[in-house]
Amino acid sequence: MDASVKTIGQTKTNALEVEDVSHAFGPTQVLDNVSLSVPRGCFTVLLGPNGAGKSTLFALITRLYDNVTGEIRLLGTDVRRKPSLALSRLGVVFQSRTLDLDLSLSQNLAYHASLHGIPSRQAKDRAKAALELVEMEDRANDKVRNLSGGQTRRVEIARSMMHQPNLLLLDEPTVGLDVASRESVISIVRKLVKKEDLGVLWATHLIDEIKITDNVVVLHKGKVLFSGTVPELQEKTGETDLADAFRSMTGLSQLEME
Amino acid sequence: MSVQDIGEAANDTISKVKLTAPTSHLRGYWVCFNGIIWREILRFLHQRERFFSALVRPLVWLFIFAAGFRNVLGVSIIPPYQTYVLYETYVTPGLVGMILLFNAMQSSLSMVYDRETGAMRTLLISPFPRWFLLFSKLVGGVTVALLQVYVFLAIAYFWEIEPDGPPLAIGLHMAETFYGFIIPAPFNGYITVLPALVLAGLMLGAIALFMSSVIKQLENFAGVMNFVIFPMFFASSALYPLWRIRESSPLLFEICKFNPFSHAVELIRFAFNGQLDLTSLMVVTGFTIAFLAAAIYAYNPSKGLISRRGGPS
Repeated sequence: MDASVKTIGQTKTNALEVEDVSHAFGPTQVLDNVSLSVPRGCFTVLLGPNGAGKSTLFALITRLYDNVTGEIRLLGTDVRRKPSLALSRLGVVFQSRTLDLDLSLSQNLAYHASLHGIPSRQAKDRAKAALELVEMEDRANDKVRNLSGGQTRRVEIARSMMHQPNLLLLDEPTVGLDVASRESVISIVRKLVKKEDLGVLWATHLIDEIKITDNVVVLHKGKVLFSGTVPELQEKTGETDLADAFRSMTGLSQLEME
Repeated sequence: MSVQDIGEAANDTISKVKLTAPTSHLRGYWVCFNGIIWREILRFLHQRERFFSALVRPLVWLFIFAAGFRNVLGVSIIPPYQTYVLYETYVTPGLVGMILLFNAMQSSLSMVYDRETGAMRTLLISPFPRWFLLFSKLVGGVTVALLQVYVFLAIAYFWEIEPDGPPLAIGLHMAETFYGFIIPAPFNGYITVLPALVLAGLMLGAIALFMSSVIKQLENFAGVMNFVIFPMFFASSALYPLWRIRESSPLLFEICKFNPFSHAVELIRFAFNGQLDLTSLMVVTGFTIAFLAAAIYAYNPSKGLISRRGGPS
C-alpha cells in the first residue's frame, strides 16, 4: 500500500458522521437535529420503530434526498461537497429486493461493478471473492429468481462489498427472513466488520439483534434519544434487559414497534 | 480468499478507489456506460414475452390495419415520396415511431416501478454524476428499441416495404477518383435511418424520463397511457398525412404539426428514404435537449422534485 492510504488508516476517521441533520416533508418534521457517528470496525445498530425516520436518514446519506440542514460526512468527506468521492466509499443494502430476478448472480454483480467503474476482468475476481464472503460461490450462474430470501440478502451484501466500501448501510435487512437465514445474515455482516475494518449501520426494529459489544443509536419520532454502547444504555436507563431499557426510553414495547 | 487478499492482488487500483472517486478516470465512465446498457440488453433478452409483444403490435398494424386501409386511404405524392406509394409504405415509418414510443414509455414505467422497489436507488448511489447515469439509462433504452425496429424493418422488407433513396456513397472524392464504397438499395435506407432513430428514440426517452420523475406512483401510469401515448400517436403524421387532417379540422392540424411525435416520424420517414427533413431535425433536437434537462433537474437531489413530493419513494 502506498503512504497516503496509511495516513488515512492512522487518523481513524469515523466511517460516518451525521451532524445536526433535520429533514421535513412539507409540514411533517421527519428528522429533528439528528447526530450520530459510526466508527470504523464497529457494528452500530440504528434502533427505532417503523416510521422513526430510519429510511429518510438512509435516503439522505445515500443522497437520494439532499440534506438541507446539517452535515453528513463519509470518512471525513462531505456528501454534498464531494458526492462522488463519498458515494464511492459507501455500500448499501436496501430494504426492498433490488437484484434483477431474471439475471444470474454474476450478471447482477457485473452490473454493480460497472456502476463503480470497475473494469470487467477485475470485476470478475471481485465478484468471485464477494460471493465467497457470503458463501454463495457455487450459485454464481443461477438466476436470482431461484434463490431463497436469505440467499438473496446474502448476494445483496456481496454486491454492496464489491467496491470495498468503508461504510455499509443496511436498512432492515432481516425483515421477512426465517430465523436461520436471519442468523446467517447477521453473522456474515459481523464477520465483515472485523475482517474489513468496516463501519456498519444496521437499521432494525428488532431488539434481539443487538449484541453487548455493539454501539446503539435509538431513533424515535425523528429524534436521537440515545447514542452509545450497550452498557451505557443499561446504565442510563437503569434496566439490564434491553427491551425494558428501550421501553423506559420510548414508552413502546417490542410489539408496538412493528 | 477474502476481500483483503484481492485487495492485495489488485492493490494499485483499490488505493485509487479509496482516495479518489472512480469518476476521476474517463475509463470509469466508459465502464459504467457499457454496464448500464448491457444490463438493459440482458434484461430485454430475458423477457421473451416483452420482445414478442413489442414486435406483434406494429406487425398487426402493418398486416391487418394497413391492408384494410389500403383502399380507403389513398396517399397522394408528398415528400419524400416521388411516386404514389401504397399505404403500407406510408405507415411503416409511423409504426417504427410507435415502437420507439412504446419502448420509451415502457422504460419510463419500469423506472417508476424501479423507484418503488428500490432498483432505481441502486443506480443512483453510483458515484458517477446523476446526469450521466440517467443519460446512460436513456441510451440503454434506445439500444433495446433499435433492436426491435430493425427486426420489424426486416420483416417489413419481406412485405415489400423497401427504402427508396439514392445509393449511399461512403468515402472520398480525390482527383476525380472515388475512394470508398457505395451501398446500394435497399441497404442504404437502413443505414441513413439509424441516426434518425437514435435521435427520435432519445427524444421520446427524455420525455418519458421526465414523466417518470413527476409520476408519483405506478397506478398513475395507466392514465399516462391514455393521456400521453394515444393522443401523441393518433394526433401525428404516423397514420395519415397531415393534409388529410387539415381537411377535417384546421385546429387539429395545428396540434398535429406541433406534436413532437409528428416530427420524430417525419425525421424517420425522410431518413429512411435517404433524405433529411431539416425542420424535424431541429424540432426533435430541441425537444430532446429541453426534456433531458428537465428530467435531470427533476432527479437532482437538491433541486429536484423527488424530495419535495414527500415520503421516501
